[in-house]
Amino acid sequence: MKIHLPNSAFLGNIDPFIRGFDPSEPDRLQITANDKWIAVHPSVISMVAALGLKVGSSNIRCQKLEAGSSHYLVRMGLFKLLDIPTDISITVHEPAGRFIPLTRIRTSEELTRFIAEMIPLLHLEAEQAKTLGYIVSELVRNVLEHAEASDGAILCAQYYKKTNSIRIGIADTGLGIRATITRSHPAETDLDAIRLALMPGITGTTSMEGGTEQNAGAGLFFIKSIASVNREFFVVYSGAGFYKLLKKTAARNLRLHADPFADRHSSEGGMPVWPGTVVGVDITLNQTEEFSRLLDAIRKTYGSAVRERRKERYRRPRFT
Amino acid sequence: MKRIEIHAHAGAFAENKDAARDLRLKEIIPALDKGESVVLSFERVDAVTQSFIHALISDLIRKRGVDVLDRLEFKSCNDTVKKIISIVVDYMQEGA
Repeated sequence: MKIHLPNSAFLGNIDPFIRGFDPSEPDRLQITANDKWIAVHPSVISMVAALGLKVGSSNIRCQKLEAGSSHYLVRMGLFKLLDIPTDISITVHEPAGRFIPLTRIRTSEELTRFIAEMIPLLHLEAEQAKTLGYIVSELVRNVLEHAEASDGAILCAQYYKKTNSIRIGIADTGLGIRATITRSHPAETDLDAIRLALMPGITGTTSMEGGTEQNAGAGLFFIKSIASVNREFFVVYSGAGFYKLLKKTAARNLRLHADPFADRHSSEGGMPVWPGTVVGVDITLNQTEEFSRLLDAIRKTYGSAVRERRKERYRRPRFT
Repeated sequence: MKRIEIHAHAGAFAENKDAARDLRLKEIIPALDKGESVVLSFERVDAVTQSFIHALISDLIRKRGVDVLDRLEFKSCNDTVKKIISIVVDYMQEGA
């Protein structure tokens, strides 16, 4: 596999970076980078880390990084997690207030502990911490419960004080969304599977409305809704499928869509095949008063989506 | 009447679905089976995830019907927690 870190890859312009990923020769990983500048979204770093863990440190070749900003990768813990050498030296600062370095979560207990520990790292207010905790919990639990990824969920995040926003990236090298969703729902392509996974009430664990006792099929819909109400980007990449919720303009009426394709979005079904799932989300933290409105909108959207699906399945008796 | 302190089992940010399942199986169901009512106290719980609440109560509604809600009381919930509980109760009834 080959992955190239460009000078810029955030959720708004992440598409070329993903198109440049080469998944051939899955037992080896070659990491190259722009030699002038590297500025990337946490999801990009999580992706590189997830691939590196999959192949193991002895099978990673990483070019000498020349860009002045390469130290950021060191501070995020990329080389440490992958156990590969680097000659980039940095002065280690206390990470509190700025970022969550690369973290691997493999169990429910690790997740609960991580959520408790990450809040002080970012020095967030209680209301803001709730949103972040919510997102991390739902996304990581998806990985732990569905992905069957031996390396678990790999995540990192960066806080931006100027915009009071946080960017989060979670990657795994597990089964991928299509393999799990098609256990209960038909999906011909990876993109079809992503579309289903983003709909409220659809889970790979059952075809039954309302989910199972442990899964409702609502987690990704909630996260997309949080991004939507924040008017921020949200990306899901799994297999060859890629979905990006695009930024939208402020609207007085908060309107959510059960079908992610009804949102302002871009999508592609022919991306290089990612061996698992990647989720990236940007969240503006100063809109916490919107969270309550968001829940009202979710309640309304969720209910009507379930009713619509029941109506579609309803069959009248045939009288002849 | 059985009273269960969610904070004691799941902390201020209640997100651990395994803890929710354990509460349901080991505390709530045995109490309901004995004919008791159950008070789920969310005192000192700042936030919950939908997944947590789903794991806590959805199966009760599915298997015992909506009447089980007459024997469950959600106490000391803040507005956000109330709304998330309402979302789960709603969709469990819509899909029933």
